[in-house]
Amino acid sequence: MPTPGYTREIPQRYRLEANKCKNCGKISFPPRLVCPYCGARNFEPTKLSDTGKIVTFTTIRVAPGRYAAYVPYSIAIIELNDGVKITTQVVDCKPEDLEIGKAVRIIFRKMYPEGKTGIICYGYKAVLI
Amino acid sequence: MRDVYIIGVGMTKFGELWDKSLRDIFVESALSAMDDAGVDHIESMFVGSMTPGLFVGQEHIGALMADYLGAAPVPAVRVESACCSGGMALRLGFFEIASGNSDIVLVGGVEKMTDSADVTAALATAADQEYEVYHGITFPGLYALIARAHMARYGTTREQLASVSVKNHHNGSLNPRAQFQNEVTKEQVINATLIADPLTILDSSPVSDGAACAILVSEKYLKKPAVKIIGSGAATDRIALHQRDDITELRAVKVSAERAYRMAGIGPENIDFAEVHDCFSIAELCIIEELGFVEKGKSGPFIESGNTMLEGKIPVNTSGGLKAKGHPVGATGIAQVVEVVEQLKGTAGKRQLKNIHIGLTHNMGGSGASSVVHILKLVE
Ligand SMILES: [Zn+2]
Repeated sequence: MPTPGYTREIPQRYRLEANKCKNCGKISFPPRLVCPYCGARNFEPTKLSDTGKIVTFTTIRVAPGRYAAYVPYSIAIIELNDGVKITTQVVDCKPEDLEIGKAVRIIFRKMYPEGKTGIICYGYKAVLI
Repeated sequence: MRDVYIIGVGMTKFGELWDKSLRDIFVESALSAMDDAGVDHIESMFVGSMTPGLFVGQEHIGALMADYLGAAPVPAVRVESACCSGGMALRLGFFEIASGNSDIVLVGGVEKMTDSADVTAALATAADQEYEVYHGITFPGLYALIARAHMARYGTTREQLASVSVKNHHNGSLNPRAQFQNEVTKEQVINATLIADPLTILDSSPVSDGAACAILVSEKYLKKPAVKIIGSGAATDRIALHQRDDITELRAVKVSAERAYRMAGIGPENIDFAEVHDCFSIAELCIIEELGFVEKGKSGPFIESGNTMLEGKIPVNTSGGLKAKGHPVGATGIAQVVEVVEQLKGTAGKRQLKNIHIGLTHNMGGSGASSVVHILKLVE
């Protein structure tokens, strides 16, 4: 059984589910109870755009336990086409292939096995397009 | 509000203190602050510490430290705001005196990071676990993202980042309590092992043990010369770096500084020197912009041309900063106060500044989601 903590995150990690403020129209990811832009509390569900561009990036050379075996890996802040920004790994490319402004697509991925039971965690990653 | 004064400070050496425990180092620094102040009792205490639970498996350290200091039954509480836990402890102690609730308060900070913990994972708990850390980001990684954005936006260079580490190591070489008392060159910084591109290990503050304390009093216990806290400001920002509108802006730093300047009735032009939170070289650049020492985007050339050196226009991190003095996270905010008080009182030894009256401390948590600024003035 996945932990409750993991199960709760599935809508965001698997399907990029977000919420859109009914007052100001800004999208929050993950969904929030209070809009950080206008303070309103009414939202409608929406799904994030799965394409965007690199805002800034780095390559991680030293990582804690769960990612220690994966170094070096690259991470970027991506601004999606709907204006939402996310932090995610950029895979299937060399560190020197990354540039600010380059277009990416967000895709589903396996992350790592969780806890003692080894439940596989999933999430999202970016690839250059 | 009543006036609040610092009449004594103390700290341990920072570094790998393997022969001393969490409680040993806190009590050692508390006793040295009490001896410096010439007081034999306190009425209340605030202990800044980020995560003793993860580092050594010990929580409830307000009570623990009061007990081992021989101060129980005084009220004591641990204060947590990631890497600015110490600065926030000072702020709560300030209000404890200002409000009239106590006349003599001990504020301190402590962290024991070198015992055995997965330090990178423990520090990462200050970031957004679900939306940053889950994806493999680290603290050096977050500051690397800021560095890359600052370099792209403002033309900040790799050499300019390195000049922060060169300066802070030079200052640390003059500080007998610093973890690193060796000089480094720009070439060494740039060619050191990459941690998160473009940042190397020599852009990064170290893993440290250490503790620092200060004694705050009202007029009732005032002994001159003392240092008056003339401004205190704190602020918060979005916890995840990616959720901020501008990745190069540390808004909590800017707002906390504005609040402290307003309370003090002065501006950045009145600050003679500062201790700031250089957890990574890029942080010192962004911070001096937000504090108003230099225009946004111009910190690279400003630092590179020597303005923040000991003999510069506004010396920054005369202690060696987090980079060279060390960064036992919860202790850092109070250790900054120790440096500013010693500089103002003229006891800073080989790194002593001349003709100074007002100093500033800036301490921040995580990638800048919390920030606290204090402005300190000598009263003779
Ligand atoms: Zn809204």
